[in-house]
Amino acid sequence: MNVLGLVNYWAFIFLMMVGFYVLISRGNLVKKIVGLNIFQTSVFILYISMGKIRGGTAPILMEGEVVYSNPVPHVLILTAIVVGVATTALGLSLVVRIHEAYGTVEEDEIHSLDSSPADGLV
Amino acid sequence: MLAVVSLALLRIRNLFTVAVLAGIYSLLSASLFTVMDAVDVAFTEAAVGAGISTVLVLGTLALVGRVEKKPTRSSLLPLVVVLVTGSILVYGTLDMPPYGDPANPAHHHVAPHYLEESEHEIGIPNVVTSVLASYRGYDTMGETTVIFAAMVGVLLMLSGRRRRGEVAPEAEGESAPMGDAPTGDDPPIHGQGAEGSHGG
Amino acid sequence: MEDDVILRVGAKILIPFILLFALYVQFHGDYGPGGGFQAGVIFAAAFVLYALIFGIDTAQRVLPLGVVWFCGALGVWIYAGVGVVTLFMGGEFLNYGVLAHDPEHGQHWGILLVELGVLTTVFGAMVAIFYAFAGRRQVRS
Repeated sequence: MNVLGLVNYWAFIFLMMVGFYVLISRGNLVKKIVGLNIFQTSVFILYISMGKIRGGTAPILMEGEVVYSNPVPHVLILTAIVVGVATTALGLSLVVRIHEAYGTVEEDEIHSLDSSPADGLV
Repeated sequence: MLAVVSLALLRIRNLFTVAVLAGIYSLLSASLFTVMDAVDVAFTEAAVGAGISTVLVLGTLALVGRVEKKPTRSSLLPLVVVLVTGSILVYGTLDMPPYGDPANPAHHHVAPHYLEESEHEIGIPNVVTSVLASYRGYDTMGETTVIFAAMVGVLLMLSGRRRRGEVAPEAEGESAPMGDAPTGDDPPIHGQGAEGSHGG
Repeated sequence: MEDDVILRVGAKILIPFILLFALYVQFHGDYGPGGGFQAGVIFAAAFVLYALIFGIDTAQRVLPLGVVWFCGALGVWIYAGVGVVTLFMGGEFLNYGVLAHDPEHGQHWGILLVELGVLTTVFGAMVAIFYAFAGRRQVRS
């Protein structure tokens, strides 16, 4: 169990936990979505770091005996990045509509508006 | 450096700064990807994360307001949840293979086949493109459909026009249906777009 | 007022190069980093820059909403269309080998067409989403 070989995983876990903390502890909806973005990007870092080979190079074929890094995680993460931006766009458009319906994007104000009786909102 | 940016993003309440910090975070992770030999991924992350994502967050901020309220609830419970989850994950990584070792299980089954056969079967130097477009072409078709679905979803929610000066709650039932394309008689909103990008 | 002039002149000089770079990335995706997604996003970024500097209305005269929505759908059509064409030519769905006289050339053609489909959809989706966000009226609340 070589500790130095695991440092990249621990760095990823730290970044992912910061993103997770932003997501669950802050009340502002836009900040939650930015926290979700941090979470997603840290997962990408995990996968790409698993595909790296020491002494390798980018997986573009060249002449001669070359060690290439593993291309399969790159393909998966390319798809994941674009799906991530699709999720962000949809989440942000939901936030815009929530703001138009409630007048605020703070989570606790929305809860109190929802539970207050007979306001005719939404 | 990534950790510093993400911690700053957590603490700062001015959302315009948060949007710019998110762009910086994407750019730093793109350079990290380049160091880890993932040049295609770095390119996409820089373009998408630091470009489109930042523009969308700024566009949202122009519509919803720019400062976050001070947190009123105690943040002890989220902190405990995060620490417990983090320690469970660290315990889980104790079994993982070390970074960069060529004997890792991830490098054994399909990847050598792609790297060796791509030259004969497909003949283009960029292995990532050949895997993305040919060996895993179904996944890319699904991904294209996901982007299309996201476009349809955003258009369903945001492209109905709202009349000016309308009070927020009554507007719910009165947005125009998606088929209306705005015509030339809309008053220009040059100020709104410019404000979103260099206001603050 | 001086700011406006600098921004406009700068944008007018930069936008053709951005579009050209997007096309370069698209067609050199086979030989270096690049491909459909990156090229689509860069292509959309050029139009977003135009809309930010010259106003949404001018941008929607240059690139109307209907065209953008159509492009978003057209890319998926091209991608699935390549698959259906390979079905008609005797192979399985998305087996590019049957598209030309020998399998390797068929792969080249297939990848080119498929990346074109991806470029079109990504470009259309990104510009459509930007138009939807920027065209929304601000609520005076």
